[in-house]
Amino acid sequence: MAAVSDIKIDDKVDITDVVCPVTFVKTKVALEEMDDGQVLSVHMNDGEPVQNVPRSVKEEGHQILKLIDNEDGTYDLLVRKVGED
Amino acid sequence: MAVDYAALKKGGWMRQKQKNMFALRIHVVGGTLTADQLDGIRKVAEKYGHGYVHLTARQSLEIPWMGIDDIEEIKKDLAEYGVTPSVCGPRVRTTTACQGTLTCPSACIDTQDLAQKIDERYFARELPGKFKFGCTGCQNNCLKTEENDIGVKGATRVEWIEDKCIACGVCVKACRAGALEMKDDKIILDRDKCTYCGRCLKSCPMDAWEEHPGYIMSWGGLFGNHIHRGKQIVPFFESEDTLFKLCDATIDFFDKNAEPGDRLQFAIDRYGQEKFDEMIRSVYDESVNADK
Repeated sequence: MAAVSDIKIDDKVDITDVVCPVTFVKTKVALEEMDDGQVLSVHMNDGEPVQNVPRSVKEEGHQILKLIDNEDGTYDLLVRKVGED
Repeated sequence: MAVDYAALKKGGWMRQKQKNMFALRIHVVGGTLTADQLDGIRKVAEKYGHGYVHLTARQSLEIPWMGIDDIEEIKKDLAEYGVTPSVCGPRVRTTTACQGTLTCPSACIDTQDLAQKIDERYFARELPGKFKFGCTGCQNNCLKTEENDIGVKGATRVEWIEDKCIACGVCVKACRAGALEMKDDKIILDRDKCTYCGRCLKSCPMDAWEEHPGYIMSWGGLFGNHIHRGKQIVPFFESEDTLFKLCDATIDFFDKNAEPGDRLQFAIDRYGQEKFDEMIRSVYDESVNADK
């Protein structure tokens, strides 16, 4: 696979200031504002968000590229937007 | 004419405190009713009852205020809509189930299909005491399987597919048991820690996990006057055939060893938990070895 540094990030969203289910809602809204194929970086907390948000993003049909451990109790999830057919 | 209340109760007619009034319990499997069946139930509730129904704690439905003189008419009206009475008393009761893989993203097994099979095989079987089956699709345990005499919980064994994996790391965080570790872009699965919940494969963006669905069973659950949490006796297994062999053996045990009014756990306590566990394990071993 491509190294993380090769992935071009088009937009970022920080969901560390909200709790479930707003974590996913914020992510979803950010993805809706993007074009197909663009990459969103989602900044999230350890625990419940990192256990559930990636799966919810997958179930919406988007492509997860990488989960980066920032080693400070936060993670960055890189998601490629997949539009509806 | 003397009223045979026992016969009525057996047929799902629950005596109300009001004289000659009954709540009719409907036969529901896995909590599912069709729109057509609901139509028939609505008509009967309006025509013979007080225009409402009551939902029971175990996914059944009761139509109260059914008069004793209308019983035959009510049965006929309901039959036209494919609705039949349930049972009460010392026999196998409603099998409960979640929606399972039919609609739920978390489910590991088809609980609706399983509930149908259990119902076809055991429903209304006469036993010394009541006997309840409950099925849930995954470890979220929406259907509270450990409350039942026999509980069946969906689970899955997983195998990592290296070729499909992009080493994104999502599964390692999705695992709540700490059973996964990523080293040099390789996933290491600790089988001793794995709870077969399947959260790794459900979260995987690349479908880089083989899914081998199966069951985690529990025995002896109670949640009435006495409360007892159903106990898992044998490990996770994958064969439906084994599941039914274990159910058959349990029902036979209960039929032979229970006293009137017993629940499974009372019969187990009298017989000895250790001896019961051994019996279940031997059925399990025999079935699993026969599959090999």
